[in-house]
Amino acid sequence: MISSAIIPQPLARLPWRLIWLVALICTIGVVTLYSAAGGSASPWALKQAITILAFMCVAIGISYIPENFIKQMTFPAYVAIFILLVLVEMIGFVGKGAQRWVDLGIIRLQPSEFMKPAIALVLARFYDLLPASDVRRWRGLWPAAALVFVPAGLILVQPDLGTAMMVILGGVTVMFIAGLPMWYFGAAAAVAAVAGPILFSMMHDYQRKRVLIFLDPEADPLGAGYHISQSKIAIGSGGIWGKGYLNGSQSHLDYLPEGHTDFVFATFVEEWGLVGGALLIFAFFMVIRWGMNVSRHAKTRFGQLAAAGLTATIFFYVSINLMMVMGLAPVVGIPLPLVSFGGSAVMTVMICLGILMSLERQSRTKSSLA
Amino acid sequence: MKASRFTAAHQSMTFSRRMMLVGGAQAAFGGLLVARLGYLSIAQNQHYKLLSESNRVQLIPVPPRRGWIIDRKGKPIAINRSSFRVDIIPQQLVDAPRVVRTVSEILGLSPDEIDRIHKDLEISRGFQPVAVGDNVPYEKYAAIMVRIQELPGVSASRGFSRYYPGGPAVAHLVGYVGAASAKEYEKENKNPLLLVPGVKIGKDGLEKSFENMLRGQPGGQRVEVTARGKLVKELEPKPDRSGQSVQLTIDAGLQEYAARRMGDQSGALVAMDVASGDMLAYVSMPAYDPNSFSDGIGRTEWRMLSGDDHIPLLNKVAQGLYPSGSTIKPAMALAFLKQGIDPARRVHCAGGYQIGNRYFRCDAAHGSMDMHSAIERSCNTYFWATGLITDPEKTTEMVHYLGYGEKFDLPIPTQRFGTMPSPKWLKEKYDREWQGYDSANTSIGQGYVLINPMQLAVMPARLASGKLLKPRLSMVDKLRPASNLDADPEHLEFVRKAMAAVVNGSGTAVGSKLPLEGIQMAGKTGTAQVFRLGERGHQSNWALRDHALFISFAPADAPRFAIGCIIEHGGFGASAAAPIVRDCMTYLFDQQKAMDALAPLEQQWGGTLAERTARLQAQFDAVSKANLKA
Repeated sequence: MISSAIIPQPLARLPWRLIWLVALICTIGVVTLYSAAGGSASPWALKQAITILAFMCVAIGISYIPENFIKQMTFPAYVAIFILLVLVEMIGFVGKGAQRWVDLGIIRLQPSEFMKPAIALVLARFYDLLPASDVRRWRGLWPAAALVFVPAGLILVQPDLGTAMMVILGGVTVMFIAGLPMWYFGAAAAVAAVAGPILFSMMHDYQRKRVLIFLDPEADPLGAGYHISQSKIAIGSGGIWGKGYLNGSQSHLDYLPEGHTDFVFATFVEEWGLVGGALLIFAFFMVIRWGMNVSRHAKTRFGQLAAAGLTATIFFYVSINLMMVMGLAPVVGIPLPLVSFGGSAVMTVMICLGILMSLERQSRTKSSLA
Repeated sequence: MKASRFTAAHQSMTFSRRMMLVGGAQAAFGGLLVARLGYLSIAQNQHYKLLSESNRVQLIPVPPRRGWIIDRKGKPIAINRSSFRVDIIPQQLVDAPRVVRTVSEILGLSPDEIDRIHKDLEISRGFQPVAVGDNVPYEKYAAIMVRIQELPGVSASRGFSRYYPGGPAVAHLVGYVGAASAKEYEKENKNPLLLVPGVKIGKDGLEKSFENMLRGQPGGQRVEVTARGKLVKELEPKPDRSGQSVQLTIDAGLQEYAARRMGDQSGALVAMDVASGDMLAYVSMPAYDPNSFSDGIGRTEWRMLSGDDHIPLLNKVAQGLYPSGSTIKPAMALAFLKQGIDPARRVHCAGGYQIGNRYFRCDAAHGSMDMHSAIERSCNTYFWATGLITDPEKTTEMVHYLGYGEKFDLPIPTQRFGTMPSPKWLKEKYDREWQGYDSANTSIGQGYVLINPMQLAVMPARLASGKLLKPRLSMVDKLRPASNLDADPEHLEFVRKAMAAVVNGSGTAVGSKLPLEGIQMAGKTGTAQVFRLGERGHQSNWALRDHALFISFAPADAPRFAIGCIIEHGGFGASAAAPIVRDCMTYLFDQQKAMDALAPLEQQWGGTLAERTARLQAQFDAVSKANLKA
């Protein structure tokens, strides 16, 4: 923490360690986007830099919101996002196609994106309100399950497997930390193992194909397995030190598809190698560790659970993307937050970070439990 | 524990414990991700580097120059001639319909061709050229070059095309080359070289058999291309290596002479070196022009060639099978001698011979015949009669041993070797016993006897040398020393003397004495029945006339060369085949004399082979044009 006399008090009280980490990650992102465009600030790098700066300001702004206000806004916000989700579903039904956006005229909103932090907050709020003695009762489970699985179901039918998965995983993490009986999770895992094949048979063709390709990407290297194959080639060919900045042939010659969005990590590692990749993973890890510490040091139950849930959201964002890019998970279309081009992921993660900063601030200032 | 006892204190403990678990799981995941990253970029680095390079760098194959085919003295039989070609590079193409239209107008392409170009353009990968015109005449090449500025994407370049100086004379020997078919492309595991415009591969004959040697190693322009096939930059090229030359045992001069000497007749001629078994000539006529095949033969030309009753598309040396006729008699005689028949034993020929209930008619009433005069004058009666008192199994075995019906190991894609029947063979094939009339038919080379023209040269070569010579067609194969024939040298000498008398005594081919001082040719005529025995001689219907055959070697006293010849439907062997062999043999000793003999004949046929080929080509073109207009 910087606490020099020349720095004004409000600035000095920002969590600078986190901000530097985030700045490092975002810089890596912008620099990689510059390379992905063939050494040009347009069309991605500059736009991304502006987006990041804007949402960084938003995050810092959020960090000044008091915890109590967040608490109060949680349920109304959840309901509003839920209504938007239903709205999207209806528009999609009318428009006869996959629909993920609500067009509000000025901006296009993707409600499922907001659902990721919202699910963490709403569950935190739920378990905050729930008396400790009820946590291990039936009434400690079903409302939470409904809060998670109804919107997840709506997102799944959009169809957006990746986001639905993240919403579920984020919710389950909060439930886990809230102290639900362990056997719930064991049973759920068992059920998932059994239900997996059944779910598989209900999937859309393109989703099913992705799962199959994940299991054996080399079976169809020019067809649907192309993404994973080319991504692994990009990462593997980088070696320890990488091919050098602006020298990535996989991304520059367009062999790597989506090199500026979902597969931006491959673009980065091809040029910066294992060293660069490990540094980026480490930076994300430190961010998540910071988030977990916020949870650990939070003085309210809501603060504990919300911080853990929001951190889990960021964690799942990063780890699902990295696993997908390195061939450890099927291609589900989840970007690498703060690095991939595109505003939604930046927005979600910045909202998460903003709320985390807010919670951190409260835990520092409040001397006693609320 | 009961749920009601779960208190805030418990909750706090659970929280800490679960947070540890979650934090631990997250750290484990982080570790897993870094480990995976390390595995990909260290352990698998070589593998992925290679894949990345093969993504990045594409090779535009530069076809190697095809190796030459040369004759025994180094004279070219198949060479490469510089030619002009026009291609389209799809990536540089602007306004494709207009460009293709203009180019095809200049080159005068047919609608089929234009259709093909459009199809190729659709499936092509940006940087790979699509062939528009192969072997384009200089004037059209120049016309394209003049307008190249207004034809973006069109590339006119110099290349090489296969050229056979001998034209039809070598067609069936060397075969021809052509663009690879889809099937050949699949067979070579999609070798990208085969897709390069202008790359020709051997389609038939030696061009096909020696493809591996002749093709060479393709070089290539190495280029960096994007996933969409756009060329980014050119890298250092990889040099190509020309194909090896293949030297044949063929004497190109003799080959061409024989082809010319056969004129418009349909037949085959094979010449052998008696010392080594080297094949000096391998001629099947008439033949197509392999030069026009290598440019892609027109449909009209193909139809006219297929419809010709002289079957110019058939390699008669390798695939033509004929009854041997009386050319079998020297071998029969050797077999009789080996079985102890006294050569002085006489048989009276009254113009025919009764076997069982059938009367076999001889060509003439030869009177009293011994073995020598029976060969000299080709008396069937003698062989019928002697065949009945000898063992047919042993006799036919000897004939087969001397080459008839024998399989030879030659680098020729498709070969047929015919049949030399024997009692054992007959039992296996038709399940019946050998009869007297089988001996009779076989002893004059009729019935089941089928031979190919190569055997017509091998037989006299073996008789002349007394060695079990194996024919050899290319110098690539090692010369293997031949063992001596399992025959009494005195018997062989007797047969050779009788064959010399055929040409130089009072035999059937006295009209074909060599016009050379001190060199005599020995031979044996044969006339193979096509229609029915008894209606021999002149037939007005060409297709029903007998085949004329002649086997020979020279000089008769110290043999150096052997020649076998068959002229389809030529009538008597003495009148059609023997004079051709005589002139070819003359060529081997005195080329000038042979050429002098050829000149008046060619005048009579309407020009040399080259002139007649050119005229035929003009005729094909005219018909094809007329068809196009219609």
